[in-house]
Amino acid sequence: MGTDVFRSEVPLTVNGSPCRPTVDHRSTLLDVLREQMGLTGAKKGCDHGQCGACTVLVDGRRANSCLLLAVAHEGCDITTVEGLHADDGVELHPVQRAFLERDAFQCGYCTPGQICSAVGALAEAAAGNASHVTDPDADTGEPVELTREEIRERLSGNLCRCGAYPHIVEAVEDVTP
Amino acid sequence: MPDTASAVGAPAGRREGPQKVAGAARYAAEHTPEGCAYAWPVPATVARGTVASVDTTAALEVSGVIEVLTHLNAPRLEEPDDATLAVLQDARVPHRGWYVALVVADTLEAAREGAAAVRVTYDSEPHDVTLKADHPDAHVPEDEDGTSGEHTRGDAEDAFAAAPARVDVSYRVPPLHNHPMEPHAATAHWQDGRLTAHDSSQGATTVRDVLAGLFALPEEQVTVVSEHVGGGFGSKGTPRPHVVLAAMAARMTERPVKLVLPRRHLPAVVGHRSPTLHRVRLGAKEDGTLTSVIHEVTAHTSRVKEFVETAAAATRVMYPSPHARTTHRVVPLDVPSPSWMRAPGEAPGMYALESAMDELAVNLGIDPIELRLRNDTRTEPDSSKPFSSRHLAECLREGARLFGWSERDPRPRSRSEGPVLVGSGVASATYPVVVAPSRASAHAYPDGSFVVRVNATDIGTGARTVLAQVAADALRVPLESVRTDIGSSDLPDAPLAGGSSGTASWGWAVHEACTRLASRLAGQQGQQLPPEGVGATADTEGTADADSDYARHAFGAHFAEVGVDTVSGEVRVRRLLGVYAAGRILNSRTARSQFIGAMTMGLGMALTEGSTMDAAFGDFTEADLAAYHVPAHADVPAIEAHWIDEDDPHLNPMGSKGIGEIGIVGTAAAIGNALHHATGRRLRELPLTPDRVLTGGL
Repeated sequence: MGTDVFRSEVPLTVNGSPCRPTVDHRSTLLDVLREQMGLTGAKKGCDHGQCGACTVLVDGRRANSCLLLAVAHEGCDITTVEGLHADDGVELHPVQRAFLERDAFQCGYCTPGQICSAVGALAEAAAGNASHVTDPDADTGEPVELTREEIRERLSGNLCRCGAYPHIVEAVEDVTP
Repeated sequence: MPDTASAVGAPAGRREGPQKVAGAARYAAEHTPEGCAYAWPVPATVARGTVASVDTTAALEVSGVIEVLTHLNAPRLEEPDDATLAVLQDARVPHRGWYVALVVADTLEAAREGAAAVRVTYDSEPHDVTLKADHPDAHVPEDEDGTSGEHTRGDAEDAFAAAPARVDVSYRVPPLHNHPMEPHAATAHWQDGRLTAHDSSQGATTVRDVLAGLFALPEEQVTVVSEHVGGGFGSKGTPRPHVVLAAMAARMTERPVKLVLPRRHLPAVVGHRSPTLHRVRLGAKEDGTLTSVIHEVTAHTSRVKEFVETAAAATRVMYPSPHARTTHRVVPLDVPSPSWMRAPGEAPGMYALESAMDELAVNLGIDPIELRLRNDTRTEPDSSKPFSSRHLAECLREGARLFGWSERDPRPRSRSEGPVLVGSGVASATYPVVVAPSRASAHAYPDGSFVVRVNATDIGTGARTVLAQVAADALRVPLESVRTDIGSSDLPDAPLAGGSSGTASWGWAVHEACTRLASRLAGQQGQQLPPEGVGATADTEGTADADSDYARHAFGAHFAEVGVDTVSGEVRVRRLLGVYAAGRILNSRTARSQFIGAMTMGLGMALTEGSTMDAAFGDFTEADLAAYHVPAHADVPAIEAHWIDEDDPHLNPMGSKGIGEIGIVGTAAAIGNALHHATGRRLRELPLTPDRVLTGGL
């Protein structure tokens, strides 16, 4: 049995700040964020890409950080829920505010993932990315209107066991252009 | 002077909300003391037997592995009341998934690799994990709590045989898993003989007491913190093995140790809802008046401890009949230990009873709401005590109005939209009023602020917020001036967040402490408070748990509209409505979230959730969130929750009943009844998956 542990320094940008964590090659991005960098906003719900609690934005696109090996993400720009708010660190992101206003959570454990996922979904819809429920006859590349059905479909990778779904959909609807 | 007597009932926002949306709220595994090590457990791979050998050589060679705990070297524990906590104490394997080793390492990655390198051999024995109603070991359990045995009135069998209208049907609810989003986790730390544990628990006082007992420590030497808890739904209601393992590992390695259970392990070690086999017999007159009710339930339990899913209990509360028998039978099997899951007993029991009521209504050609109204009562059938309040009829009528029930054509298959058959269903709901003694303190400070301290737990209910509301009204001060400290066993002792009892139990003590403080302050009017403030305490032992002359229960009604795809067999809920009579609603905002959240779990119970005990391996086949389908966004339509204001003086100083669980009770029956209305087909086994819907044809 080999006992060597392979580690590498990986340049990343996390929430706008460049950093160079030294990571175990087996480490997921989620574990590096949580255990090495103290960014526990991204949650570990299943560690297998089944629940979405670990959702972060990687170069602007949402991803399950439990499925990403940190060592494979050299040069990537990572945004976690802690990095969504304005630069002053005080003002919340509009999606975060909408979640508060709609009481779109209970235990709060899926919440950072839901919020990052919503931010990603809003950008995807604005960029014209279709979902499973988008009208196939709609013009390709045009922004997709985020109806409740669209929001539900696009956020279905983010489980919430407290059952806050109706309020989450209302919150996302509130920030839909 | 601000209007200060109105905090209770207001839609006050969650006090920890800003932290939660910013990712700043820290859960049990998000505290990393200096030098913290990581643990990874090793589950047994046989369903019954003993550990023959454990070879830890390879595991200990993994770089970073510090220690491997097994039953041979783990610290000895005092014998626990709950045998599921006697981890790594002997070689016995009572079920598959029982922990047989724990690897501790410098990093999570090394701990996981080490766990994979532990070699365990077993002397395995033949096992039996299959629940059958006629299992030879099925027995009526000791009825120590007055709930889990058999209750009879009159002669139910004879009355049933003589009834002009009869329903005799069997239902099955599969094993269900709680699966809170935060897996069970603990960070344990010993310092100078003191144990501190951050635990994902629904009640840190009990965890403190149990850890003190297991490690033979005075309670003052143990602190358990559960500041933020990522859901529990019963599975964190009492201490679970992870916190014991973390404390053992920390003691043995002399390092702080963090242990997060892998998601796939949860079904075997944190409890599940036992499967329940129901036989329901309803005898009625032609007008629908019930003459006999027989509800027999068979559930499983483990060899480790006896837990009874008391699914016939709600039947003792719902409808009067001169003759009745409600019976629980339990079968000990080589299965993981079942435990509480949201509305234990009521959720599966009311699925069966309320489905059977629908069958009776259909058989008699009586509207299902009318049938329930004809069987309403002001006294609890089983105890003959008067209800402190029962507004079931009002919930049914108000729900019917909001849902548009009068427009419903009662004939099955009367409505379709292309290949989709549409139907609607109704079911009643009930949940008992549970309250336990609690302590609390309240302090006033010279700067005009107030602090309430109680070891309540916020598992997502908004406990901090609602307790501040209770305190503000009792003190007659603005809500903003009250801070609530909860979530640590160093605070005044309090019962768990469970049984829909938390707010009533903690709130009662908070109300009492604040009332005392208010009268002390009134006596000091005009005087400057000392810097340390003025305080008052309360302990509701003897009052909160006093027997009542009344039967105290919350009631509700659920309405569902479903669309059934005749091609795919898929059932989709299109509308879900709940109307509740649950005393005074203390926070309309967080209450609504609890109601719709529980209805969502009921939707899952009806349509997507179900686990299977594999007969060959003794394992739950649907162990993780890929296989065990909790509802996702796309499954959940707009859900509405409404309530009827109840003014019930027989509850607690706030006048509240519990609201955390009633939303799941009856939801599955309403959906199943809607499926029958849509298709004319009665399915009697949950969940209502496409394969079952299509079997037999639509």
